[in-house]
Amino acid sequence: MFSWMAWTWPTALLFIGIFSAIGVLVMLEIRYPGGAMRKGVLGLTTTRGDRLFISLLGTSYIFLAWLGLFGLPLWGPLALSICWGVFCFWKV
Amino acid sequence: MKTENQKAWFFVLPVLLLVAFNALIPMMTVVNYSVQETFGDNVFFWQGLDWFEQILRSDRFHAALGRQFLFTFLILVIEVPLGIAIALSMPRKGIWVPVCLVLMALPMLIPWNVVGAMWNIFTLPDIGLLGYFLNHVMGIDYDMTQDPLAAWITIVTMDVWHWTSLVVLLSYAGLVSIPDAYYQAAKIDGASNWAVFRFIQLPKMKTVLTIAILLRFMDSFNIYTEPFVMTGGGPGNSTTLLSIDLVKIALGQFDLGPAAAMSLIYFAITLLVSWLFYTLMTKDDLN
Repeated sequence: MFSWMAWTWPTALLFIGIFSAIGVLVMLEIRYPGGAMRKGVLGLTTTRGDRLFISLLGTSYIFLAWLGLFGLPLWGPLALSICWGVFCFWKV
Repeated sequence: MKTENQKAWFFVLPVLLLVAFNALIPMMTVVNYSVQETFGDNVFFWQGLDWFEQILRSDRFHAALGRQFLFTFLILVIEVPLGIAIALSMPRKGIWVPVCLVLMALPMLIPWNVVGAMWNIFTLPDIGLLGYFLNHVMGIDYDMTQDPLAAWITIVTMDVWHWTSLVVLLSYAGLVSIPDAYYQAAKIDGASNWAVFRFIQLPKMKTVLTIAILLRFMDSFNIYTEPFVMTGGGPGNSTTLLSIDLVKIALGQFDLGPAAAMSLIYFAITLLVSWLFYTLMTKDDLN
């Protein structure tokens, strides 16, 4: 049924990761409604969902920039992305 | 604690399904393609991130991206001020209002490929009304099929013709929503036309202008049909914008992997610019 989508394990894991993150946010929202809105260091008013979006978008740019400038391996951008994600949920 | 009725979410479900089928599932497929190589017959080979590396370092991609940014920048710089100016000079009351509105809406009702074909015929140097007039009556050497500059002027003019109306109509909607009392107060204070524009009209148009600029950015950044019908990306590669290049790679060369990688990079750029723009424009409202 899904063979035309040409699934691979790494891409499937990527989507499972993103959808589980959204699922966790839904759980958090049900438990603590209101989205934990706050004004962060960038001067933006963000909710949990915004922070996830900013982390993911930033992560994709970190990986693309690294690939374009240095190429493989990708341990460097992985570490950077984790730091970026932590920073987003902590401060932004 | 007050419990809210959450049943309204069910009304969103049909849209969610629609988006899943026309955007999410195709998008996931593109992600899958971007890390594989295929020679057809639905057989795929793992390729890793090679395509991304290749595209990010290719001069061809950089050139198409540069042209795309230039095109979008030019049309925004022309269409937004021009649209506001036209909206300001349109009547607010009386019998000319519907006439103006319909005239403004007309270009937007014409399908993209028809606009391309129309402007192609209009500007061909030997048979086109404009092309013939410029070359044989005015004596200006104009040939959009040979000269890159002429081709650029033509596609930019065509887009301005096709889409300025959108900015006009949205700005106009913002303008008519301003109550007369504002203008009367400005008159009593002896405000100049510029002051009225700067402190009354522009702030009132801000929301609709944000939408107009966002729509124009996204539309022009993804533009394909009009330049494709008109110049086919030529002369040479001079009007090969990102989407035209993408289709050349995906359907012309049938390189699905690199095309998928390129479309994801393309998507990331559109997403970032739209998000940045929207966030910056609505920042003050939220705070």
